[in-house]
Amino acid sequence: MGIRFVLLVNKQGQTRLAQYYEYLTLEERRALEGEIVRKCLTRTEQQCSFVEHRNYKVVYRRYASLFFLVGVDNEENELAVLEFIHLFVETMDRHFGNVCELDIMFHLEKAHFMLEEMVMNGCVVETSKSNILAPIQLMDKAA
Amino acid sequence: MGSQGGWGQSKEFLDLVKSIGEARSKAEEDRIVLQEIETLKRRINEPDVPRRKMKEYIIRLVYVEMLGHDASFGYIHAVKMTHDDSLLLKRTGYLAVTLFLNEDHDLIILIVNTIQKDLRSDNYLVVCAALAAVCKLINEETIPAVLPQVVELLGHPKETVRKKAIMALHRFHQRAPTTMSHLISNFRKRLCDNDPGVMGATLCPLFDLITEDANSYKDLVMSFVSILKQVAERRLSKAYDYHQMPAPFIQIKLLKILGLLGSGDKQASGAMYNVLEDIFKKSEPSSNIGNAVLYECICCVSSICQNDKLLKTAAEVTSKFLKSESHNLKYMGIDALGRLLKRNPEIAEEHQLAVIDCLEDPDDTLKRKTFELLHKMTKSSNVEVIVDRMIDYMISISDNHYKTDIASRCVELAEQYAPSNHWFIQIMNKVFEHAGDLVDVRVAHNFMRLIANGEDDEGAGSQLRSSAVVSYLHILAEPKLPSVFLQVICWVLGEYGITDGKFSASYITGKLCDVAEARSNDDTVRAYAIAAIMKICAFEIAAGRKVELLPECQSLIDELSASHSTDLQQIAYELQALLGLDARAVETIMPYDASCEDIEVDRSLSFLNSFVNQSLQNGARPYIPESERPGTLNISNYGAHDQLEAPSHALRFEAYELPKPSPPPIPPALLAAAPVADLVAVPESAYFSTEPHQPSEPLGGAAMSPAEHGLRLRLEGVQKKWGRPSYSSSSSSSSSSAPSVSAPSAQKPANGVANANGAAAAAGAQARDSSYDSRRNPLVEVSAEKQRLAASLFGGSSARREPPPAAPPAAGRRAVKPVATVVAPAAPPAPPAGDLLDFGEPSPPPAAAAAVDPFQQLEGLLGPASAASSQNSTVGAVAADLLSLHADPPASLAEISLPGKNPLAEISLVGPAAPSSPVVKKGPNPQDSLEKDALQRQLGVVPSGQNPNLFRDLLG
Repeated sequence: MGIRFVLLVNKQGQTRLAQYYEYLTLEERRALEGEIVRKCLTRTEQQCSFVEHRNYKVVYRRYASLFFLVGVDNEENELAVLEFIHLFVETMDRHFGNVCELDIMFHLEKAHFMLEEMVMNGCVVETSKSNILAPIQLMDKAA
Repeated sequence: MGSQGGWGQSKEFLDLVKSIGEARSKAEEDRIVLQEIETLKRRINEPDVPRRKMKEYIIRLVYVEMLGHDASFGYIHAVKMTHDDSLLLKRTGYLAVTLFLNEDHDLIILIVNTIQKDLRSDNYLVVCAALAAVCKLINEETIPAVLPQVVELLGHPKETVRKKAIMALHRFHQRAPTTMSHLISNFRKRLCDNDPGVMGATLCPLFDLITEDANSYKDLVMSFVSILKQVAERRLSKAYDYHQMPAPFIQIKLLKILGLLGSGDKQASGAMYNVLEDIFKKSEPSSNIGNAVLYECICCVSSICQNDKLLKTAAEVTSKFLKSESHNLKYMGIDALGRLLKRNPEIAEEHQLAVIDCLEDPDDTLKRKTFELLHKMTKSSNVEVIVDRMIDYMISISDNHYKTDIASRCVELAEQYAPSNHWFIQIMNKVFEHAGDLVDVRVAHNFMRLIANGEDDEGAGSQLRSSAVVSYLHILAEPKLPSVFLQVICWVLGEYGITDGKFSASYITGKLCDVAEARSNDDTVRAYAIAAIMKICAFEIAAGRKVELLPECQSLIDELSASHSTDLQQIAYELQALLGLDARAVETIMPYDASCEDIEVDRSLSFLNSFVNQSLQNGARPYIPESERPGTLNISNYGAHDQLEAPSHALRFEAYELPKPSPPPIPPALLAAAPVADLVAVPESAYFSTEPHQPSEPLGGAAMSPAEHGLRLRLEGVQKKWGRPSYSSSSSSSSSSAPSVSAPSAQKPANGVANANGAAAAAGAQARDSSYDSRRNPLVEVSAEKQRLAASLFGGSSARREPPPAAPPAAGRRAVKPVATVVAPAAPPAPPAGDLLDFGEPSPPPAAAAAVDPFQQLEGLLGPASAASSQNSTVGAVAADLLSLHADPPASLAEISLPGKNPLAEISLVGPAAPSSPVVKKGPNPQDSLEKDALQRQLGVVPSGQNPNLFRDLLG
């Protein structure tokens, strides 16, 4: 299993979206998020976008005020994970139009739906933006 | 109920999101969430909550959990929502359930039925929602309930359903491979699906299967190669392109699979060479994703059977990575280099300076990756430099996880490549000193054994030991030594502290007392210390000298005799008993330097025969074997534990026998298989007066080292009941053979170094080259320094493989020095530069006005569209600001804002720089987003300068 979790955290360290692909208890998640965010937020732009934490490798990328953090296994291709993050952001951007932190907050479930289309069992299964968004648009229409 | 907003969300929800968004601290956020929990608890259980309203509550529950609070009170409502007819509500319900529950939660059983129903739905989106839930919620027990349906869905006309069905099977395979081993062929079939999405998804389970057993899938090599070829030739739909690369994520997955299949298989590898070459050519090294594919190619090339041409290309790409300014690429380069090394060890030399730059980089991630590389390229010629670096790094970091990792790497390398025992001991001392609590106890035991009999040459061995003693006496002055290290120190001091006559027994004993006193809460260390004191006393007595216990030593013994730890008590009593014995007895009990001797245990206790006969003659009752004895389970049973398999621990319900008239006092030693097990229970005066010499073997064993108690004393049972587990189970150090008993006369080396002021360093100083030591001087000139390091790291490989261990570092270094000098000027330290990967990095926050309230002005702009406002002049002025809101200013002024920094400061910097042209470069036009923002404002979400970031365009 490649991806172990996807986390969106803002500059203040507040969680904006969290999806885990293995079960962690509430306390474990809380601790993990705290530690990882502390590690990533203190890094400078020049440093590389990868951080090892416990047995995860965390690949992170910052967009405006939001940090996208993806925890992966050791064998994962870090650059590809970095681009996976970007694809996720681009997809959200296509859907919301100039996506910002607040869009994700107001439409938490939609952001989750997109992620659900992209990642299953911790594997990237869909990378076509139109395929990712199709079911969400259909649901919007039906609603 | 609040007014319905533009997204069908209530005012209440918007307020919640807004207040969470504007919360300035974790405490404030927690307060909001706790209040929200109260509200939800009340509302969610009201009768007849409208379904849409309930959906909102569920999302609010998701917020509660996401922000770290328990929302279990509402789980059942999420479960109920999965029954809803509306797709959106159903999917929201499934989403919430997958976020809340793990697959073993009790509520899952309530969902299985719904899932089954939904898998049969005519609406493929419902089926998809159910399949997504299957992946997260179905556990081993419930797999059979849905398996037939999932398999059926593999033939569904909708590709997205087939894709999700494949992933559901993948999940089942991860969870319980046996339940679906007969269905594996489905994965092969789906690989040929017409839809690239389904094919791409199928690669995930196939990757897992091939990882487990590559041989069964060799027939697919040609299929994978041809798929990869088609992908690279852009035969897939454009929708899969990403930044001009055709389906890069699929390419990467395929390359991973090919790497597995081609490993050690010439024929399979041969089939891949062409396509790999192709991809190397086609991947764009200027884009991040292109580099991701290139990196995966390198991994593949280094894993399959060697092809020189491809290796050369891979090396070229790697060198580009390493030379890049981007830290991300450097990181990938270091990793790639590590992979290529095993194919071609010389490849590292070309990049020595780049590697050293990475090693010295302040970026911790890069540094650690580089250590990983060094670990791979360690050999006996450079082990000293590398381990030295690792130790320095280990000392400098505080993260325990990293520390443990690097410490175990040091130990591993040192054990494997140590040029001399002196060096090894010195390294181990450092590891123990700085990470002692993190290394495995076995490391310490191995280490003690090495000190005891590491050197073949007895003279060198004793020199080693006495230098260890000297350095340890010095180190003891340090405060806060880790427990494991203190154990090692105590053991060494006990065994060899007075051997060479440099230190008096009372001096060493005093030091040991200090240790025991300082560590009053660490029983293991205290046990090691008191055992060491006992050994020293024994050696003194055996040598015919009179032992005068120091007062602090006497009080320590008194204290330990009353210790709550029976182990400590026992050693203390043994020590007291030992002091009363004569030299000959003591010598038998505690032979000098015999920690590695095998101990012969006289299991039949034949040496007691005469005593037993005498007792019988005096009228004692004969011994009845335990198995034949009625009932009474006395303490000595524990000693006999392993002879007598399981003395029944079951409850006895029948009445106890009447007590027999008490027999004449027999030393319990006679009853037990191992006499000493009862040592504590017997008044020691009686014990020793009756049998002064006999029990010498076992007692001697006990005294040797606490680590050996288990084996020699047969105390397992006792310790398991009362003792400290850490101390009873470790018998590892006693298993070795190789006798190394030496006459004390041979132990008088004139060790000049020993008297030097050095701490641990002194021990091995002579083993080191002096030029090497100069490396540690303050950095005089950086490049020379780097050259030397480069030479010592990489030099060995070209100069000579295995230089004689006498002076390996020096030899290796000198030989290659000229090379390094040539290279050095060409590679000056890289100036820090912008990260290549960082396009679209934090654009400046909204225009200066944002801090006041951007929407005040935004509304003005929107005005003309709806209300035909007359304030044209204002609109123009505001428009400029707005542009900057969505613009993408070049070079983004490196706004690395720290959390908590006032956004105003950042804004004023950037305002004027915003150009107006790139506004329309992506997404809906700015007008749209303005409307969106205005809508947010209408809905009552006013940023009020609290957190303008919320509105910032992520891709801006």
